Amino acid sequence: MKPFEYARAGSTAEAVRDFGPGTMYLGGGTNLVDLMRLGVAEPERLVDVSRLPLDGIEPVGDRVRVGATVRNTDLAADPLIRTRYPMLARAVLAGASGQVRNVATVAGNLLQRTRCAYFQDVTRPCNKRRPGSGCPAVAGDHANLAVLGTSGACVATHPSDMAVALAALDAQVHVTGPGGDRIIPMPGLHRLPGEEPERDTVLSPGDLITSVELPPPPPGASLYRKVRERASFAFALVSIAAVLDVGADGDVADCRIALGGVAHVPWRAERAERALIGGPATGEAFLQAAEAELEQARPLPRNAFKVPLARNLIVAALEELAP
Amino acid sequence: MNRTEGRVKVTGLATYAAEYPVENVAYAYAVQAQIAKGRVKRVDGTAALEQPGVLAVLSCEAAPRLSGDADPELALFQSREVAYRGQIVAAVVADTYEIARAAAAAVRVDYDADDHDVRLSADHPGLYQPETVNPDLPSETQKGDVEEGLARAERSVDVTYRTPVLHNNPMEPHAALASWDTEGRLLVYDTSQGVTASRATIAQTLGLPPEQVRVVARHVGGGFGSKGTTRPQAILAALASRMVGRPVKIVLTRQQMFDVTGYRTPTIQRVRLGVDAEGRLTALEHMAYEQSSTLVEFAEQTSTPSRVMYAAPALRTGHRLVRLDVATPSWMRAPGECPGMYALESAMDELAYAAGLDPVELRVRNDPETEPDSGLPFSSRNLVGCLREGAHRFGWEHRDPTPGIRREGEWLIGTGVAASTYPTRRWPSQAVVTTRDGDFLVQLAAADIGTGARTVLARIAAGVLGVAPERVHVELGDSDLPQAPLAGGSMGTASWGTAVVRACEELMRDGKEGRADTTEEIKADAKLARHAFGAQFAQVRVSSVTGEIRVSRLLGVFAAGRIVDATLARSQFLGGMTMGLGMALMEETVTDEEFGGFLHRDLAQYHVPACADAQHVEAVWLDERDDRLNPMGSKGIGEIGIVGTAAAIGNAVHHATGHRIRELPITPAKILALRP
Repeated sequence: MKPFEYARAGSTAEAVRDFGPGTMYLGGGTNLVDLMRLGVAEPERLVDVSRLPLDGIEPVGDRVRVGATVRNTDLAADPLIRTRYPMLARAVLAGASGQVRNVATVAGNLLQRTRCAYFQDVTRPCNKRRPGSGCPAVAGDHANLAVLGTSGACVATHPSDMAVALAALDAQVHVTGPGGDRIIPMPGLHRLPGEEPERDTVLSPGDLITSVELPPPPPGASLYRKVRERASFAFALVSIAAVLDVGADGDVADCRIALGGVAHVPWRAERAERALIGGPATGEAFLQAAEAELEQARPLPRNAFKVPLARNLIVAALEELAP
Repeated sequence: MNRTEGRVKVTGLATYAAEYPVENVAYAYAVQAQIAKGRVKRVDGTAALEQPGVLAVLSCEAAPRLSGDADPELALFQSREVAYRGQIVAAVVADTYEIARAAAAAVRVDYDADDHDVRLSADHPGLYQPETVNPDLPSETQKGDVEEGLARAERSVDVTYRTPVLHNNPMEPHAALASWDTEGRLLVYDTSQGVTASRATIAQTLGLPPEQVRVVARHVGGGFGSKGTTRPQAILAALASRMVGRPVKIVLTRQQMFDVTGYRTPTIQRVRLGVDAEGRLTALEHMAYEQSSTLVEFAEQTSTPSRVMYAAPALRTGHRLVRLDVATPSWMRAPGECPGMYALESAMDELAYAAGLDPVELRVRNDPETEPDSGLPFSSRNLVGCLREGAHRFGWEHRDPTPGIRREGEWLIGTGVAASTYPTRRWPSQAVVTTRDGDFLVQLAAADIGTGARTVLARIAAGVLGVAPERVHVELGDSDLPQAPLAGGSMGTASWGTAVVRACEELMRDGKEGRADTTEEIKADAKLARHAFGAQFAQVRVSSVTGEIRVSRLLGVFAAGRIVDATLARSQFLGGMTMGLGMALMEETVTDEEFGGFLHRDLAQYHVPACADAQHVEAVWLDERDDRLNPMGSKGIGEIGIVGTAAAIGNAVHHATGHRIRELPITPAKILALRP
């Protein structure tokens, strides 16, 4: 590990002010410290923001504001979250292990990096880690990489469970930074790899997430389901956050679908949603909607299973949620 | 009885190799090859040496001399040839671990790279028949005419199974702490499954007389075979310490462990079986295709369990090996039996279905009178008892054999069975027992790698001495103690226990001290087939939506001689079965065909079962009396638990889904691929 400076920020303003070239913000460190050990991240300076007073979960009118440094465990256990956004609590609990969740923060969870084997190994090429060096995953090990929104430069996935639920909930990410304060609606925080896979998000240097605001829970029933070959402590092969509201007429009044494990971003299945809203809540409609979404998939030989998996998962989730 | 060292372990007082308090210690960090094949042109340590706190750079430039007949995996820096990606080509020694690690990244190594070949296939032009397979068994055996047997069979199967590269992943990483005294004697605290053998290897590699080397491994945090042979960290620590004149510590990272501490070879196994109208085997053929490095021939004995299991008038087993640009495979829990029984026991299930026979019944009908290949009588064999007891406990009689018809919601349910076996061996060992303040002290250079060897040996000694086990103290894990064989091959308790019994008997006669060396006793052992057996039953649930597979029940029934300590034995069986579950459903190291070496070199990517995967795992055993093994009447239990588990689970997946997946691990991706 390269030697680095460590400073603890006293306030968000101070954290932003202290941010310079080579600086990284440190939250729970459950991903960043690993990456530093591996030589993937080599910050010259860490500004520890984990103890900023951003660890509250509070109602703001009919919305709920979750502070950026709230620990994953506390988020999942919070009565307000459990009663109003059970899908979010379930998504958080589906991630990592109890020990990791005790340390990991909300903002850190959003900003965690891909677990692609090539990205994590500094002795091999990776466009995300070393722009222009190539992507060996396309011809090599991509069994758990992306099938949607990929580019020739990168097929990495975003590994978070929590972010998938937030994307389905239309959460808003509050950011402060050198350019002032702004609000980024999910899933717009993360970006597709395109020709710049080194950029995971739309954040600029020095931007600091201060909170995530949850709009009133959407009407209807919701669920989070995660598929993995190990029953616990594994990243999703594919996961789904889904909300379905069926009107008295049997038609879909509202529908939200977000997928994890399939893209560089928590993937909001907008095509499927559009196909469903206003139509009948039937198994056939669910299947057509899933297929409409997955038409755009570009699977590779060893991750092609994710397409039928995502299709099955969308259909099963909607069937479970339908009255 | 609780583990004698339980308290020091749970209170953190047990000292592992890297934890010995040594003054003025320096740290070494390895630099690993970044090509899969070729030559090191030049190693430039200038930038590393310029960093404050860096003491030395070791490499093939001005290499320290090692013995000419050193194991090539241990002959560090003796050659410029690179045999595999990840091989140690240089090392940095520094005041701190952090400095050493940072400086290692600054060592510049230039290579002449050659094209590499890291892909095992059953038609690789480089395949050949090794002369022997691990440990020293014949590579090929043949009895009767397999083709004739298959020709007259009523039903037959010809199936090929594949298993991936697997890694041991003990919790304690491989580590060594070496220091030289003023008389030129070397002390190595090492993570070792056997300090007697480790001392011999280290001495031989460094060209020293064995008495100038002492190896200490009082506590070892798991090994499974990966610490059964001396690993490069021990040699590197010794060389580095001699070079800088200070004690040197080295702890491998988890990623480095994947590269230089051995692994289970991938296998491709073809099994051909024929059965007559009465359900009796007419032929059994088992061929294994596997890999080794260009450095050392390690040939896993994959098809050897087929020499033991079933009565077949025509029986052929063999091995083909190809030398690839990969690290040398080595021992992993039940080498040979574990992958071999996966294939044989899966094929037996396929044969049972082909012949319309119950899989338990097929095995019972083909239980042999004598060892099929050798014709030797068994010292004891209770496979049938295990199958019957397991079938009874599992409720097998209610099983409808029809595959793919049980469903709970989206979940398909199935059950499967497979047999287990593992050889029962013992090796010569020495031991000394003395009295001390009215208590007894047992000393021998055995190893406790987390199995509870201390506890078991205390019980064995107490039984002979007629005292409470608490009055017996066991000292082990030090090569200065009487010589003892490895904790490996499931023969630790049998080997060490024999010596402890004989030493205690001697003390009872002598009154003060007893010494034993069992070399002569073991030489006189009758020629018998000695094996433990077992039967494993699995129930799985397979999601028709996601392809997820969950093992809702695992039952193992074992016949392994006298069980010396029930608590410790249960741990060994359950641990083995859980590891077998991992092999069945998740464990896989990916070989990087483009760059060589391995991918997924950490525990976030190489999945072993989590607690949530081991939903209901149960191990029981039959009372088995076998007086022809050793004074305890015990068979080894460290490995048999992993043998057969993967086949039982795979067979249950077939029963659930109606499909055979013949390549491990059985993942959601493979289940989903079954459907259009």
